[in-house]
Amino acid sequence: MKEDIVLLAIESSCDETAAAVVKNGREVLSNVIYSQIALHTEYGGVVPEIASRKHIEKINQVIRQALSEAGKTLQDLDGIAVTYGPGLVGALLVGVSEAKAISFATGLPLIGIHHIEGHVSANYIENKDLEPPFVCLVASGGHSHLVIVKDYGEYEIIGRTRDDAAGEAFDKVARAIGLGYPGGPKIDKLSKEGNPDAIAFPRAKVDENEYDFSFSGLKSAVLNYLNACQMKGEEVNRADVAASFQKAVIDVLVEHSMHAVKSFGFNKFAIAGGVASNSSLRKAFEERCAKEGVQFYHPSPIFCTDNAAMIGAAGYYEFIKGVRSGYDLNAVPGLKLGER
Amino acid sequence: MKILGIDSSGLVASVAVAEDGVLLGEYTTNYKKTHSQTLLPMLDELKKMIELDLGTLDAIAISAGPGSFTGLRIGSATAKGLGLALDKPLVEVPTLEGLAYNLWGCSDLVCPIMDARRNQVYTGIYEFTEELADGMAESGSNAAKECVKALRVVMDQTAMDVRDLLRELEKLGRNVIFLGDGVAVYRSVIREECRVPFSFAPAHMNAQRAGAIAALGEVYFAQGKVVSADEHGPEYLRKSQAEREKEERGKGSADGV
Repeated sequence: MKEDIVLLAIESSCDETAAAVVKNGREVLSNVIYSQIALHTEYGGVVPEIASRKHIEKINQVIRQALSEAGKTLQDLDGIAVTYGPGLVGALLVGVSEAKAISFATGLPLIGIHHIEGHVSANYIENKDLEPPFVCLVASGGHSHLVIVKDYGEYEIIGRTRDDAAGEAFDKVARAIGLGYPGGPKIDKLSKEGNPDAIAFPRAKVDENEYDFSFSGLKSAVLNYLNACQMKGEEVNRADVAASFQKAVIDVLVEHSMHAVKSFGFNKFAIAGGVASNSSLRKAFEERCAKEGVQFYHPSPIFCTDNAAMIGAAGYYEFIKGVRSGYDLNAVPGLKLGER
Repeated sequence: MKILGIDSSGLVASVAVAEDGVLLGEYTTNYKKTHSQTLLPMLDELKKMIELDLGTLDAIAISAGPGSFTGLRIGSATAKGLGLALDKPLVEVPTLEGLAYNLWGCSDLVCPIMDARRNQVYTGIYEFTEELADGMAESGSNAAKECVKALRVVMDQTAMDVRDLLRELEKLGRNVIFLGDGVAVYRSVIREECRVPFSFAPAHMNAQRAGAIAALGEVYFAQGKVVSADEHGPEYLRKSQAEREKEERGKGSADGV
């Protein structure tokens, strides 16, 4: 086998148009992200049709930039990795169709990648020593999964959200206290000025599965609190609401994750996904993992947000296992982790 | 000149390669599978069958809209990816001009209609003009009969109520041929309310065909109407629902002031 494997990776599952060139799964030669956040902010969330239209407008420029920043041409590559699910179907189809066409025109092998597998694999980029098995919490606007990474590309989901994803709860609460979209970074920032113990918001447990999450009750509790304040004519301390809400989310994420790490007997734990860039969340995990003697891994914020470098990292391990996709690769909006 | 034509704007997925007035191959399906599953495998099949070296293409002609938003993007992303990888320009063929070109040369007006939902059709009105071919007037008696026909836009493609379309056709007062997937939806309305003589095109010419996109693509390519793969994007003719609703809300509040 050739020594180095260099992949072009494409990601368009939601509102970031992204392309990257990644060497051997761990060395990022370029990582270009065209973020549409500003475009969707005025709608208070991602509008699928607008996202899809922006993807088709930007995708070639983003790919070209990724190649040029990496100093590579298509001829230098070994394959193309692309996110084919889960996500918004119209958005996914842009990346999938583009990747297939480039694969067809160049003869480069095509590898369809699961978006969450990408998020998990983002941890390999900066943590050269990290290898499976480990436990990973994936938390973003669309996903909240507690996953055992048994091997590269082999996952067991042990916990998931029963209702809202963690990031979704952040967005909804942010909207309720007038912070706007996207909620995560805004709540994170405002929380620094507030008292996390000011308001006792509930920490939901799911009876049937100790590792599952539920955030809709917490979200309702925040909305009820805001309503009650309004009825009583009390002024709301938004920083306290933000800090107390955020603490409630983090407490649940930390407790469930650590419970899983201990119960399954692991000593390595990683976080991934957009919510993983939340500074208080990182701090909470850092402290808890240090206390428990668990090695804690996390990607830099740029690899937490949706990006293509993580797809290139995941793509590498699928590539060396011999996984290939056909020209009939379709977008699968509800793709399950570990399924093909 | 060798042109690859692609159309996935509607129910049909279609790919074709034309070279200097010869259709080397065309593959069209109208089946329940999504374009994402059919389009590229069909192109792969066609490529093998006609032993196509993709590097010899001069351009990629894409049915550029209007149509199904998702269908258009599958075609466009495919064309953009091919253009990027092969370093070839794209020719944007308006979907309805491509449809009209199926009926090349007919003396009636050609009116493709595509179901655009929300009680509208994507449509346009076209005719074929005729003039003597270059040099024919001065040359010998036989050659003087050769004519060149060209597609002319009578009404540019747009989204409109089918009844408004029928009124436009009535004003034009000429025979008309309808085609496109809108026929199945609006056949009875047309039969009841069309005031000019009309007919419906048969199966082999009533739906999108990449052969027509490639053939018309050749004409436009020769006229220099090309775009780069990077700048190409579909012509939706419609804003997204979210944008429309936002504009309506904006209008409402402005009216309220």
